[in-house]
Amino acid sequence: MSTLANLASNIADGSVKVVDLTHTLDPDFPVIILPPEFGQCARFRMEEVSAYDHRGPGWKWHNISMNEHTGTHFDAPSHWISGRDVPMGAVDEIPADKLVGPVVVIDCSEGAAQDDDFELTPQIIEAFEAEHGRIPEDAWVLMRTDWSKRSGAAYLNMASDGPHSPGPTPDAIRLLVEDRNIRGFGTETVGTDAGQGAHYTPPYPAHYILHGAGKYGLQCMCNLDQLPPTGAMLVAPPLKIKGGTGSPLRVLALVEN
Amino acid sequence: MSRARQSYQGVALVAPTSIPYQRYSIDTAHFWIARALKGSLDAAGIAPADLDGFSAASFSLFPDTVVGLTQHLGLSPRWLDQIPMGGASGVVALRRAARAVQAGDADVVACVAGDTNHIDSFRQLLSSFSRFSQDAAYPYGFGGPNAVFGILTDHYMQTYGATREDFGRICVAQRTNALKNPGAVMTKPLSMDQYLAGRPISDPITLFDCVMPCAGSEAFLVMTVKEAEKRQLPYATVRGAIERHNAHADDPIQLRGGWTLDIDELWQMSGYSPIDMDLVQTYDDYPVISMMQIEDLGFCKKGHAGEFLCGKDMTVSGDFPHNTSGGQLSGGQAGAAGGFIGLVEAIRQVTGQAGPTQVKGAKRAVISGFGMVNYDRGVCTAATVIEGGGA
Amino acid sequence: MTDPIQPPPKKNPLNRSWVSTIPPAARSRAALGLTAAAAEGRFMLQVCADCGATQYPPRDACHKCLSIDLPWQDIIPTGELLAETTIRATTDIYFRDRLPWRAGTVRLDAGPPMICHIHGDVKPYARVRLINRLDRSGQGVILALPEKDTPNMADDPHLRAISSDPSHRRVLIVDGRNPNTPDFAKALKDAGAAMILIGLSEDWLPFQGRKALEDVGAQIIPLDVTDTKSLQRLAGEFGGKIDILINNARYIRPGGVIDRTDTNLAARELEVNALGLMRLAQALGPAMCSRTADGTNSAVAWVNILSAWALANEPSFGSFAASQAAALSLSQSLRAEFRASGLRLMNVFVGPTDDEWHQPLPPPKVTPAAIARDVVRGLHGGFEDVFCGDVAKDLNERFRRNPKVLEREMTGGGV
Repeated sequence: MSTLANLASNIADGSVKVVDLTHTLDPDFPVIILPPEFGQCARFRMEEVSAYDHRGPGWKWHNISMNEHTGTHFDAPSHWISGRDVPMGAVDEIPADKLVGPVVVIDCSEGAAQDDDFELTPQIIEAFEAEHGRIPEDAWVLMRTDWSKRSGAAYLNMASDGPHSPGPTPDAIRLLVEDRNIRGFGTETVGTDAGQGAHYTPPYPAHYILHGAGKYGLQCMCNLDQLPPTGAMLVAPPLKIKGGTGSPLRVLALVEN
Repeated sequence: MSRARQSYQGVALVAPTSIPYQRYSIDTAHFWIARALKGSLDAAGIAPADLDGFSAASFSLFPDTVVGLTQHLGLSPRWLDQIPMGGASGVVALRRAARAVQAGDADVVACVAGDTNHIDSFRQLLSSFSRFSQDAAYPYGFGGPNAVFGILTDHYMQTYGATREDFGRICVAQRTNALKNPGAVMTKPLSMDQYLAGRPISDPITLFDCVMPCAGSEAFLVMTVKEAEKRQLPYATVRGAIERHNAHADDPIQLRGGWTLDIDELWQMSGYSPIDMDLVQTYDDYPVISMMQIEDLGFCKKGHAGEFLCGKDMTVSGDFPHNTSGGQLSGGQAGAAGGFIGLVEAIRQVTGQAGPTQVKGAKRAVISGFGMVNYDRGVCTAATVIEGGGA
Repeated sequence: MTDPIQPPPKKNPLNRSWVSTIPPAARSRAALGLTAAAAEGRFMLQVCADCGATQYPPRDACHKCLSIDLPWQDIIPTGELLAETTIRATTDIYFRDRLPWRAGTVRLDAGPPMICHIHGDVKPYARVRLINRLDRSGQGVILALPEKDTPNMADDPHLRAISSDPSHRRVLIVDGRNPNTPDFAKALKDAGAAMILIGLSEDWLPFQGRKALEDVGAQIIPLDVTDTKSLQRLAGEFGGKIDILINNARYIRPGGVIDRTDTNLAARELEVNALGLMRLAQALGPAMCSRTADGTNSAVAWVNILSAWALANEPSFGSFAASQAAALSLSQSLRAEFRASGLRLMNVFVGPTDDEWHQPLPPPKVTPAAIARDVVRGLHGGFEDVFCGDVAKDLNERFRRNPKVLEREMTGGGV
């Protein structure tokens, strides 16, 4: 039996589970909020074109609109100023083999439950590695916080000094990018950075450092609690938008039982 | 500034025809006009193709005019007229036709008025009746003429102290006359108590102050006296005739009509005075308007019609025969034919052809017309005195 | 005095709702001058420029001197009721449902007699004040009022028929996040509104104003004018209960065309300010139109809060002004579409409002309380156009005088 035939039968018999890490694209799903004088991220919107009616008797379809960074979405290197000159930095240029790959999941859910501004630090990464082994090169690293179980205002968790949600420190990202040479970093929150990430140096370190090094981001994911710390395979292909800096997408993980 | 009018000498009015009215008709104005025209032409022994003068009045001919009627009815007149003056159309048609005949522009002019009345056609007629009504009367409750005359009646009562009994006497007497007229729409007697108990329509106007819109037609012929005698037709002559439009425009509410400007001349031309009249035909869309005419025609002083009529018997056998066929109040209002009803009946009366409504010995009549509530009042007024050989 | 209207009982679900009808709407072109004046609640008639004769009904030529120069002028609206009638029979289907109807002839002190509606509190043959208002057909009509206010006079059937009175009515204020909403809610409650619904977009964002609105007794419901689905849900739940809708949704950013560099903000401005109006109307308009004869709490008015820059573009907010012009144009279409139902569309044009986006602009600026006052005043008058604040009034005057001159003035060329 070939590897893929094997995989197919494993999926069919349930020994390999397909986990959907994607939120439903929905007009009410929060998007990142920037100060009002900046340009804003468009919310997901859907307008009916026809619904088996005078506008089209036999079919139903919608026009949809959104930002590249609306809903569960992929960040390409060109999303950030640090990655603007990175080769193959736009979604349409990313090699297809980078869209499927191994994934490790660092569980920060306990800490995030205690502290909205919980930080992923090098110490936590090292502790993870001490238990699960060194993070393999060119792997996706996902930060599990169970933040996806929040909804509405609790999800963005806006206060008068901005949003509060967990994320990595600059050092943690540097460790993952510079020492472990990961493929990308993903979160359950609205961005790869902490809610208060603007106050680090550099500001928004995950965006700055990941994309400056040609790495990818994934955010607004869910169901990370169904993934093992290591050993799963992530399927995360963004739409092939010419010059696109990201895209909403369906993120799937293959998990061996 | 006016020069003296020429007399109407030598003009004869003949062949009065009234087609019995119907409350609703599925037929057209053309149908009703044709019937009245045929009635008059047959009476005079004239074939339609030989008729050389034609005058029509109608509200429901649309999209046709009198022009369409010539082709429709097979007429080839050398003199043609249409009178858009509603309740004044009979006297105005007479005036114009008489002058045409005097001048030789036509030998015989048939004057016809007729309208149909479909279900809902009254509402439709009202809603496109005039620009001022559309702009400034109908938006205020759409009471139609009832509302305008309600206001006018209120003003008349308030100004002159008239009572509802004053109006009722006119209506009751006309009903008595109508009961003698087999063509009248109203066929039941009306008492003063019934009148006073009438359903309110547009205060102070109640049901029996209002006319019933219906379908019908009226006609008469105008020719020379010579021609009438040649054809051995009973005829009436025209002693005088006046018309006036938009008089007293600065009166805030109408209490008088344009007759007041010309009435002395009418009586002077006729050689008679009110007291010489054997019968009076007023335009009676509402009794207050009949009272206004009785005043303005000179039978009594302004504001005194109620008092004046109180001592009179207005039935055909009375001392002041008025609207002898029952008028519109009891006969029905057949659109523009309402402007002819009094005149056609008067021609019958003074030529001894009125049959059951005949006023004994009637030779002289005054007929007045009042028409076209363009906004808040009737704009057109007209009157004529005619004389015939008597019954 | 007028009997006060009682709060309506709950609807009997077995009774058919009354179908919307409107009074006679046909008018000559000249008579539309009365309508234009009524849209702002002004009492105007034509006055001959040559001989000074006041004209009524509206004409194309002077009835005294045949001059064709008959400009509309404000007229002192007093007169005397000369005679009246109470109409108890009519062939018109609108008035037939509303009989008896009092009408009469008033002689205006300024000249002509006028047939007009008569308020129930006017004594026979008394002195009266006249007002010129839009009836449910959207045409100007004259109503005679008692010389002095009487108790509950707004509850008179004649006045109620031509006003958009909020009392006993249910109001939806579309955008709870607009800083003017608390003042709107309070003003409408004070005006007797029976229920106040307030739309809230993006409830995943903090909303500080919630308590203030709930304290007024308002109900907060999800509503986002850019989200068709949210409007469909709203229509499903509340479509049959909204008598007055106040569309105060607004997205505003500085900038014109070139200084914007992209169309994203403009798109958002159009989405909220113009297409939002369209979505709202598509979702809620049909139900409101069907309920304009639904008793005391019938649907009566649709209110848009627009910038006066809808009339002439203010280049420092050029793109926003364009969205307001688009909204104004759409509102004219909508007004025409409402026409057959008698539902009134009122645009409240405001000058720069006293908020964060107009912070760099010099005064005078319009406060939320002032807009709220004018909204209620406009509803009471049943107006179509209300100009709120000195800047809006000034701009309207200039617009009427000469739109092209105004365009140049907006860029400072008229100094």
